[in-house]
Formats: sequence, C-alpha cells, structure tokens
Amino acid sequence: MPTNPVVTDIKQVTIRFSGDSGDGMQLSGTLFSTLSAIFGNEIATFPDFPAEIRAPQGSLHGVSGFQVRIGAKDVYNSGDKTDVLVAMNPAALKVNAAFLKKGSIVLFDTDSFQKRDLDKALFQTLDPFAELNLDYVQPIGVNITTLTKASLTDSGLENKEILRSKNMFALGIVCWLFNRPLEIADKLLEQKFSKKPILVQANIKALTDGYNYGNNTDMTASTYRIDPIETAKGFYTDINGNTATAYGLIAAAEKAGVELFLGSYPITPATDILQELSKRKDFGVKALQMEDEIAGITSSIGASFAGCLAATSTSGPGLSLKSEALGLAVMTELPLVVIDVQRSGPSTGMPTKSEQSDLNQALYGRNGESPLVVMAAASPTDCFETAFTASKIALEHMTPVILLTDGYIANGSSAWKIPDMDDYPDIKPPYVQNKYNGNAGEWRPYFRDEETLVRYWGPAGTQGYTHRIGGLEKDRLTGVISSNPDNHQLMVNVRSAKIEKIADFIPEQQVTGDKHADTLIVGWGGTYGHLLEASLRLNANGKKVAYTHFRHIYPLPRNTHQLLKKYKKVIVAEQNNGQFAAYLSGRFQDLDNIHKYNRIEGQPFKVSTLIEEFTKIMEEK
Amino acid sequence: MEVTEIKVQELRYQKHQPKDYKSENAIRWCPGCGDYAILTSLQKAMAELNIEPHQIAVISGIGCSSRLPYYMNTYGFHSIHGRAAAIATGVKVANPGLSVWVATGDGDSLAIGGNHFIHAIRRNVDLNILLFNNKIYGLTKGQYSPTSDRGFVSKSSPYGTVEDPFHPAELTFGARGTFFARAIDVDIKNQTDVIIEAAKHKGTSVVEVLQNCVIFNDGIHNRISDRNWKADNTIILQHGEKMIFGKEENRGIVMDGWELKAVTIGEDGYTLDDVLVHDATTRDNTLHTKLALMDTADSLPVALGVIRNVTAPTYEKEYEKQIEEVQARTPKRSFTEFLLNSPNIWEVK
Repeated sequence: MPTNPVVTDIKQVTIRFSGDSGDGMQLSGTLFSTLSAIFGNEIATFPDFPAEIRAPQGSLHGVSGFQVRIGAKDVYNSGDKTDVLVAMNPAALKVNAAFLKKGSIVLFDTDSFQKRDLDKALFQTLDPFAELNLDYVQPIGVNITTLTKASLTDSGLENKEILRSKNMFALGIVCWLFNRPLEIADKLLEQKFSKKPILVQANIKALTDGYNYGNNTDMTASTYRIDPIETAKGFYTDINGNTATAYGLIAAAEKAGVELFLGSYPITPATDILQELSKRKDFGVKALQMEDEIAGITSSIGASFAGCLAATSTSGPGLSLKSEALGLAVMTELPLVVIDVQRSGPSTGMPTKSEQSDLNQALYGRNGESPLVVMAAASPTDCFETAFTASKIALEHMTPVILLTDGYIANGSSAWKIPDMDDYPDIKPPYVQNKYNGNAGEWRPYFRDEETLVRYWGPAGTQGYTHRIGGLEKDRLTGVISSNPDNHQLMVNVRSAKIEKIADFIPEQQVTGDKHADTLIVGWGGTYGHLLEASLRLNANGKKVAYTHFRHIYPLPRNTHQLLKKYKKVIVAEQNNGQFAAYLSGRFQDLDNIHKYNRIEGQPFKVSTLIEEFTKIMEEK
Repeated sequence: MEVTEIKVQELRYQKHQPKDYKSENAIRWCPGCGDYAILTSLQKAMAELNIEPHQIAVISGIGCSSRLPYYMNTYGFHSIHGRAAAIATGVKVANPGLSVWVATGDGDSLAIGGNHFIHAIRRNVDLNILLFNNKIYGLTKGQYSPTSDRGFVSKSSPYGTVEDPFHPAELTFGARGTFFARAIDVDIKNQTDVIIEAAKHKGTSVVEVLQNCVIFNDGIHNRISDRNWKADNTIILQHGEKMIFGKEENRGIVMDGWELKAVTIGEDGYTLDDVLVHDATTRDNTLHTKLALMDTADSLPVALGVIRNVTAPTYEKEYEKQIEEVQARTPKRSFTEFLLNSPNIWEVK
C-alpha cells in the first residue's frame, strides 16, 4: 500500500454503490449525494434497482445500485462509467464490470467474496477480477463485514442489525476517499433515524470507523477533492423528480387558490407522487389511493368538475387504462393533469427501468379526434417547473394535460434552489361567475372565450350555473346532446383549435450551442442531461452542433418549423423507436433533414456513445 | 335595506317544488319506461328534502338509466360506462357540501363498473346510488345483464345463460355497505320514501329500483309489480315495525330455525308475537341479507323499503378530519416557507 497519500483535485467523479437489494445501497448512495450537495457540489443521481423487493441473496438479478456523479460544475447527468465502485458482493462486481473506467477504484468486501458468494454470482474461479479481465482497475479489498462487527460489538444491536450497518462502514471509506466532512453525514443520519437513537449512534460509529479505517491504512494512492461550486445565492435542497412533480402541483394549486386533488393507484415508478401528496395534508391536499387506475383518473375528473386542481399520476400501463377517461376529460373540457412517469414497455416491460416510449400513447392513445396538451420534463428539478406549467395550462385552458416524466428523472435527484413563488406567474382559471356576474341567465355551458376558445368553468356548487356535461357530443352553445353533422364538425375543429391556440401562451423554442451549426440535436424529456453534455463536448471538439430540447410537445412552440428548417441535419435522439421524429416529420412534411438516434435499453444514454453516433451521422454524406 | 333582508329570508325558507329540479331538456326514454317514475320520485324526494338545486350533483355512467342527469336542473355529469361511482367519489371528496347522486343501471354498476361500485360502498362515501335494475342491457338493444336469471334468453344468450346473477344487496353487504333499500318503479310513494331515507343516510346508500324495460324485458318484475299480486308478493319493511304484509295484512315473516318463513297470523299456531320486528340499524348484516334475498320462488315476499341503515363514519368527513388534525398541529405556512423548513437544506451565501 502506498504510504504518502496525496489529495488530487478533480472536476467530476462518478461513484456507484452496489450490492444486494437488502444491503442498503440506496441509503448509502442517497446520503453520499445529499452530503455532497450540501457540501456544495453539483450532483446527479441514478438509482438503478431491480423490480424484485428482495431477490435471492447474492444473485445477479438481485443487484441494486445507486450511482451518483458529483462535480464542481457541469454535472448534467449521472455519468456513463464509474470512477469508484463499491461492490458489497461478487454479483455487484459482475453486473457493473462493463461500466468501470480504466484505473477506477473497486472497493469490495472481502468477507463476502468467498467461494460460496462467488458461486452464487456464477463465477468459475476464485479470482473474479481475473475472470472478468479487470486488469485495468484498482481493487481494494476490505473485510468490511468483520470490521463492522468489531465496530459495533458494544452497540447493543442484534447481530442482524449490526450486519445491516455494513453500508455505513463502506460509506465511511468513500467519505474519506472524497474528503467529505462527516458532520453533515452525522446530521443526515440523525434525521433519518430520529425515532431510533440507538441506530443513529450505531450508524455514526460504523461510518466514523470506516472513515478512520481509510485514513489510518492509507489504502489508495490518492484521495480526491472536489471543490464546492459557486452558484447563485440562496437556499438549496436536493430533490428527486417525483417529489419535484408533487411540489409543482402544490405550488400551482396555491397560486390558483384552489384545492389540490390527486386520484391515483400505486404503480412503479410513479408511486412516490401519490405518497408525497398523501403526506401533504398540511396544505389540505386530497390524495386518494383509489381502487384502480381508472378510478384514479375518474375520481380526479369528478374533483375537477367540483372545482379542484385535479391530477392523476401513473406510468405507461396505467395510462393505457386511463385512455377512455382521458377522452371524457377532452370532451367535457375539464382541467386535469395526468403525470406519466414512463418506464420500459410494452405491457409490464421493465418496471424499474426508464424509457421514453409513451409519447405516441400520450399524443394519440384515445378514440376519436381527441387533442390534449402533452409536455415533458427534462430533469429532476425541471419536474417542478413543468408540473407547475402543466397545471397552469390545464386550469386556464380547461384541458387535460399529459406530463411525461420518466423513471430516470423521477428517481434521480439533483440540487434545487428553493424557488420564490412570487417569481412565478399567476394562475387564473376562467370562472364563469367572473365573466357572467349578474347575468347568469345569458350564459350557456359551451360559451367560449373568443381569444382562447376556452369554455368557462362553473364548478358544481356554484349558485346560478347549474348545468349538465358528459361524454356525448354537445351542442356548440347550449351543451345539449347533439348529433347534428355541422355541429360535430364544428366541435371537432374547435376542440383542436383550442389546443393549438395554447402555442400563443408558451415560449418560443430556444437553441444552445454553435451559432453557425449545420447540425441540430433535438431531444425531449429526461434525456436532457446526456444530450446537453454530448452537444457541449462536440462543440469543445470543434464540431458545429446546436442543441434544442422540447418541453412543449403538443402544441409545439410557434417557431419550431422555422427552426428545424434552418439546419442541414436534425438528429432527433430519443429512448424509443423514433416517436418524436415521426411526429415532427408528420407535422412538418416538407422537412427532409430528420435523422434519428434511438436506444431502448432501459438505461440512460451514454454520452460517449452519443458523441460517436452523432459524429457518424454528421459525417455521412 | 330591511325589505331586501326579508326577501332573502323568504327565499331561503322557500319550499322547493319538484319542478324546480326539472331541466328543460326533452326526455328521450321510451314511452312507458320505468325510468320516468324514478325521475319523478327523485324530484319529489329532492323537493321534500328542500336541497338547493345548485348544491346537487347527479353523476351517471352509460345506459338508459344514465341519461337521468340531463333531465335534472342540478349539476349533472353523464360520464363513461361504469365509472360514475368513482367520479362521484371525486366530486364528494372535493366538495363534501354537495348532495351527490349516482344514477346507474345493473350493467353499468355490476358489470363494467363493479369495482368502483363495491369500493365506493366499502369506503362509505356519502353518495346516494340509484341502481335501476331492469335485468337487461337496454341501450345496446337487449343483451342479458349481470342480474339476469340463469337460463335467461336474450340476443346474446339465445340458448339461455349458463351463469348465475348478482344480487345487488349481496354485493352491497359483501362490500360492508351501510344502507340498502329497494323499491319498484310503479310505486312512487315507497320509492320517494326510500330515496329520502337514502339521502338522509350519511354514507353510501344503495337504492335498488326494480325497473321495467318496456321494449326489451317487458314484465320482468310483473310477479311483484302487478297490482293483482303486489300486496301478497312484496313486503315493505319499516324499521321498528312488525314484518307484516298481504292484501289482508294478515301475513308475517317469522324465523323458522335458520330460515325465514312467511306465515299467516292465526294459522298453524302462529301469532302476531311470532312475527319479526325489522331492525335496519343492527350492524350484523346476516338477517338483512336473508331479508334482501327473499323471493317468491321460496314462497317469501320480495322485500321493499329500507332493509339496512347503519351509522358509520363517512370517507369524506374522515378525510377532512384528518386534514384538520394535521393542520392543527402544523403552523399555517406558504409553500415557500414549507420548503425552507424541509430537511436537507443548505444555504449558499
């Protein structure tokens, strides 16, 4: 072992904590990323876990990982490959071997790399590193289990509980490796286990002993320092996409002065939204766990009819079940926010893995001509902005809005500057009583605002405006059921025009990157961080590339067509088979410059692959 | 000023008439349909209850029954097949001050909407569900329904069904329902009475109305609705009163071992003392189930009236209570203030 450790300054590092799904890797990862954020680093996290809650111990399919990338600045995504892997068992090493950088550190628990552990991970020999040809990494074996036991002998914990603290010992070593101040970790542990002081003490002890062990044995050639970032002044917290989505809804309801209602049904990876909003009774949020996906959306439609900001949260298969009810919301022109945290499909697919393949479903997945607003969030913190904006559009334009997020940004977190809600725009629903105050007799249920084509909102219970709505086609003014041919054509047109008009209320599409670029990279949704980094690196390599990322999918920003026409090549990169590319080509049929990059692996894009593939497309004649 | 105030007072205490609940929409049910009587009873009941029309929301699914909201001068929502109970749950929880009604049919609530039906009942949301049971799909022109008897011949069961029907009461009780009543479309008086009781009940009230489909299932309830047999083939249960029925009012329901039995008072040694007294409020639903399942095929009259009416906490009130409790122990704060007090917060200076 080297004797003189040096502290190396680095800009960014990617660390992956990996072990059995019961090893507490998600907790180690979360603590490390949070304390790094508090320390002042930029962070991007990627919890990557199996659908099974507790797969057989030591098995390959039971490996749970938490990847975090930290840096002084420019951390746009959770990183392609890892600089440090914490492998609590041989299965974790095997599953992550392909993602190790040259020279990366592999910290592993020698106590759990014995013959029987290696057998469980289907190794043939006793040297897993050689077997995986990992001659380019620095393995650091520490008998973590033994040391944790020794550390906590007098803790008063049961043996089983002591073993569960292995993750803290490992985290302590990593904290030493990256010069993390332990005081922050101690505080976080105190919050986490506030109800069990004995666990706080034990975890802090294991953590500290792990840190000291690293320090005392000088186990690597160098430790690393990543300086705090210099960011805008203010208060920060770290937040994942699902929580940010829930907060966006709360903020919007507060702005609009209405109650927030969520009707939902548990589904991976969207359940956190239901859980977060269930906690928020302090804001009077009504979050109902309904009997199924259909009841989730229909109870929300009922709440919307009664005057709430109504939302429902789900993932792809759940959105399929909600299709008919979405049509009802379109027909009755009620405000509704539908959050689809996309996951791999079709059918049950890969529930814990991320994908962008629900775009077509969001745009087209209903019977009849059934236009509604489709938006997509770009990052964990952007979920707050888009959920707020989706709510504003739904309430002011009396329409369902589908907000697409995905498993990657929903579970991933990053640092978030706490917003000042005074900086956000007002939300003013088109209440019928504001328009027809004193003249209720003149009003009919399908009268519209001339500018926006929005019908007025008379929530059930409003005196003077009793009326009937429903899924049958309505007379364009009175709302009485009508199957008059001219009326139907008119209503089909007006429902569509109403949504198209929303383009007047959203910002124009912005482009970043090279001003003289002849290639435009186009993205939407949760791939933002990877595409941004790829475009910046291409620029740094002298490539003339620009980048644009869509939040508003339907309607598109007004300048979209003009923008896309300007470039020789437009590369639409997405985690599906080209749904957004086909959508753009369909809407703007004169475009002949659309190229596609598609990967559907259930894993985030890799920046290095993006750069290679984009370069290939750019070099094609 | 004083004059105005008196006028307001008068308005407030003005008694509503059934016509106040009638909308201008032309009614599109078939002539002779049992639904007309249900509509009339509902409007009469609402006038009796004197609820402000704008405080009422009538939610329906799909089917002939579900056209009802269009004919009410209240808030109304004609939704999609089977989902009325879930939509109504959202309406009631969003605004517990509303009087929320569900107009639905046997196909709508017991087939495609079965899940929402039982779960609304289980939660005990304060909804009044009017279940129009004509044992047929009318609007799709005559297929058997989940309440059609085994062997029933219809367009989709030309050789007779090979499945047993649901009894709405059994489903209601299975879902731990707190209120169940039954009425026949032809009896507007009893129908109005049970609808009023349903509205007064706090929690999910299920009113099964045995309704005639004049086109596709005419006469399906004849053995009990026909005035020649009605008195002998039905019994109107009244809480706290003896279970007496029959043209001569000399018949009664008694316990015979574990079974119910219809007897003639003064015959076979049975006296008035043997006749059961109806208790709609007992939590144990065993006897309520037996009463609800009485059938002329077993020489028992079909039970009408309020069969079960039990007090229990309602979902929306409990929900509001929880919100109040949480708010009482958390300081009132803006969203930004809440964020600034969340854990894991740090300041960049």
